[in-house]
Amino acid sequence: MNSLILSTATRVIAPLLFLFSLYILWRGHNDPGGGFIGGLVAATALALMEKASGLERARRLLRVEPLAIAAVGLGCACISAFWGAIAKGYVLAGVWPLLTVGADGEKAGLPVGSILLFDTGVYLVVVGGVCGMLFTLEAAALSALGSAKDEEDR
Amino acid sequence: MQESDRQSAGSEGVDGLPAGTTPVGGPLGGPVGGSDPLAEGVAGKMLWPVGAEAWPVQPLRWLLREVPAVKIGLLYLPSVVALLAFLFFLTFLPAVAGGDVFAWSRPWLPALGIEFAFRVDGLGLVFALLISGIGALVFLYTAGYFRTDPRVARLLTLLLLFGISMVGLVLADDIVTLFLFWEGTTVTSFLLVGFDYQKPNSRRSALQALLVTGLGGLALLGALILLGDFTGSYRLSDFNAEGDAIKESALYAPVLILVLLAAFTKSAQFPFHFWLPGAMAAPTPVSAYLHSATMVKAGVYLLMRLNPALGGTEAWHWILTLFGATSMLIGAIWSLRQTDLKLMLAHTTVMGLGTLVMLLGGGTDKAVVAAALFLVVHALYKASLFLMVGCLDKKAGTREVDALGGLRRAMPITMWAAALSGLSMAGVLPFVGFLGKEVIYEGALKIVTEPVLVTGAALAANAMMVAVAGLVAFKPFHLGPQVSPKPAADPPWEMWLGPILLAILGLMGGLIAPLLGSAIVAPVASSILGRTIEDPHLALWHGFTAALLLSVCTYAIGLLFLYFARAIRIGLASAEDTGLTSADRTYDQVLAGLQSVCSGLMRRVQSGSLETYMRATFIALGVVLWVAVAASGGDRPRPQFDLPLISYLTLAIIVIGALTVIVTRSRLLAITALGVVGTGISIIFVLYGAIDVAMTQLMIEILVVVFLAIALLRLPRTPERKGFRVGDAGIASAVGLGVTIVLISVLGNDLDLQLSAFFAEKSAPEAFGRNIVNVILVDFRALDTLGEIAVIVIAAIGAVAALSAGKNAPARRLIGGKRSVGEIAAAEEAR
Repeated sequence: MNSLILSTATRVIAPLLFLFSLYILWRGHNDPGGGFIGGLVAATALALMEKASGLERARRLLRVEPLAIAAVGLGCACISAFWGAIAKGYVLAGVWPLLTVGADGEKAGLPVGSILLFDTGVYLVVVGGVCGMLFTLEAAALSALGSAKDEEDR
Repeated sequence: MQESDRQSAGSEGVDGLPAGTTPVGGPLGGPVGGSDPLAEGVAGKMLWPVGAEAWPVQPLRWLLREVPAVKIGLLYLPSVVALLAFLFFLTFLPAVAGGDVFAWSRPWLPALGIEFAFRVDGLGLVFALLISGIGALVFLYTAGYFRTDPRVARLLTLLLLFGISMVGLVLADDIVTLFLFWEGTTVTSFLLVGFDYQKPNSRRSALQALLVTGLGGLALLGALILLGDFTGSYRLSDFNAEGDAIKESALYAPVLILVLLAAFTKSAQFPFHFWLPGAMAAPTPVSAYLHSATMVKAGVYLLMRLNPALGGTEAWHWILTLFGATSMLIGAIWSLRQTDLKLMLAHTTVMGLGTLVMLLGGGTDKAVVAAALFLVVHALYKASLFLMVGCLDKKAGTREVDALGGLRRAMPITMWAAALSGLSMAGVLPFVGFLGKEVIYEGALKIVTEPVLVTGAALAANAMMVAVAGLVAFKPFHLGPQVSPKPAADPPWEMWLGPILLAILGLMGGLIAPLLGSAIVAPVASSILGRTIEDPHLALWHGFTAALLLSVCTYAIGLLFLYFARAIRIGLASAEDTGLTSADRTYDQVLAGLQSVCSGLMRRVQSGSLETYMRATFIALGVVLWVAVAASGGDRPRPQFDLPLISYLTLAIIVIGALTVIVTRSRLLAITALGVVGTGISIIFVLYGAIDVAMTQLMIEILVVVFLAIALLRLPRTPERKGFRVGDAGIASAVGLGVTIVLISVLGNDLDLQLSAFFAEKSAPEAFGRNIVNVILVDFRALDTLGEIAVIVIAAIGAVAALSAGKNAPARRLIGGKRSVGEIAAAEEAR
């Protein structure tokens, strides 16, 4: 797909979408959003990039194997699970090391902890899983097209 | 089943492949090749590095290569471990012989009442001693046998794992612990039988052993669960304490059948005896350890262990005696048909196990004492002979009985080991085997069912044992001129130490018979019977008894068999050729039948056509919906039509999108229109305040369109023209209407808002989040989410693997959509 408009627009839109996806991930706990939606937005950004500039370039931009991203995500979620188990005694318990709650329920500090790690894991799994399937499907489709053309040529 | 191709399978079979870097078969491992660099990149990079190793392995490998002391140390480590375990268990012996029982447990799954519980009594301890003691010698032997083979590390690791499983199995008191270790032996046995996995014969035998003993494992699980439910306890000792209640309950018959199935498959009893000779595809040390001395006795162990709970009934006596005696005779007869020494021993193992089962069915104290004694006797001489045959194989070049002769000068140590254990097997006077045979006859004469027939069968089987002992232990060394395929010599010390030590133990056991009786046999028999029995007063000389007379007959008939061994073998071989249906062939037929049933079912169920799948799914959905609608009845609220304009506009978008999908002939347009429908639905979500759901829906819609657009590239250019399909329209309308009515009905009822209220109340103060949806996803119900993302990863790996398997294969599959999954599987297999 060689559309000048698409590839130029993508250069602007894709990074913005990426940032947006991170924002969605971050705000998810209090406002609409979260790891799953964030991951889907990021995957959309990558799909856009892939469509605009080709599979090879998208792969290069990503640098790592999509499935590895998904695996890291799953690892994050598991670490979060064990973190809770170690700190609070049961698996997947929320741990907020930087957050203190006063007697009056007033919260101080950063709301960062095992839950955010877990949500990040979800985000990475969605990005990696979707992109892994997408890229492989695209590659297979391209090769099928190529071989179909070969047959026509013959 | 001749396994001529196995020759030197284990020995010196260096295939030039270091253990860790064996090629990985299957469609993923091979280079993908082809013109498209992208596809190649995908397949090449997508794979996890199977051949390469993680970091702890690499330095270890370097150590092994560069520092010989480490390698030698590691070679002997398993043996030392087993020896220490043996000595440790030995310290228990005096107390256990005195009637003490040791117990140890740790909570495992306290909520389910499952513990990691062990119990050391006479039976378990003697088994543990056999396993660790013979294990130490076998591990040592393996280190010598496979010294030059790079696969020795794998073999020793597996053997050690197996040994641990086996010790755990015989000491376990908790049934889940028992089952865990039982399956552990099954799995390690599978891996060990299939050790030479490049050979089809090995793979077949491994699979056969796994299937047969795996079937038994399932039966065991069923039996244990039934017993656990009945007694309300997960302890074997509690089962045994409630034996009378179990025997009177209606559960007794199913439990008995399941336990017998488990024991008979594991211990290769008729009609499951066929897998044991097949398992001889394993390297010799494995056969000696697993398939003669330890694992195959696990089934017998189970019967012994559960004897107080299940034994003593009419059914128990008859079934055990009948099947045990049949296995005993079958094993003995077919051992005479073999020409391979190892296969001969394998069949005599079936005979030995059959004898044990038969004696257990005997029911009297005498018979149980005989079983307890023969257990030890058999383990000693059989392990020794197996290892000795391995020495012959390795150092004289073959295991064929006709190709060996007169080796007594060339291999003196091996000859002595063979002679001593062979005499024990034949049951000659000062050896422990004589003791065993005498007691078997005494036990057989006291059997509650059919003493005369059973004694006759035992006499015949024992006579054949004399003949086999002659063929295995004497013919290669003493008969004829010295012949062997390669110049024979004694093996290194690691290899002769085991056989000679076990053989000497066999001799000593006979000489210290009274001690053997009180320290080993009496505790075992007490455990089996569930009550303390008095010292059985074993002695070599009992005076002129019926048993002695039978012994003399045994020798006479045995020597006769030995003299006519060749004629008997030829006769049996021709009987085999005339098409007596063998159990092995039946196994093949059953397996083939199962396969054809499965592939027939799959062809029916998995047509490979997406349309069929969709139709089936939606018809099922429609049926469920309409059944629910019909069953609920009652008043439904009238739908309201006074909605804001924007709702109507959204509705219009959705309807137009849906109609376009139906009407258009262009695939691209259809997909886009489908996206429009989804977007319309997400607008509805926005209108009703479900922003999270709307965002997800929108993203999913976009991605679905992208995915479908890619898939389109792979479909044929010219779509088939299809007119209006009444059936599909009917299905679609039925489902749509059904959903609508169900939703209206649901909205007409009062919703139970308990959960919603709980989450709304607890979300902010306890989970520090105001977005309830997300808090549920990542905190309250995080375990669900963890499962879901695991599924996503698994699905992605599967999709990537399937799509990059073979460059053109997936394309062909999608384009030629008429082929069913079954056909594709068949084509794969043919390739």
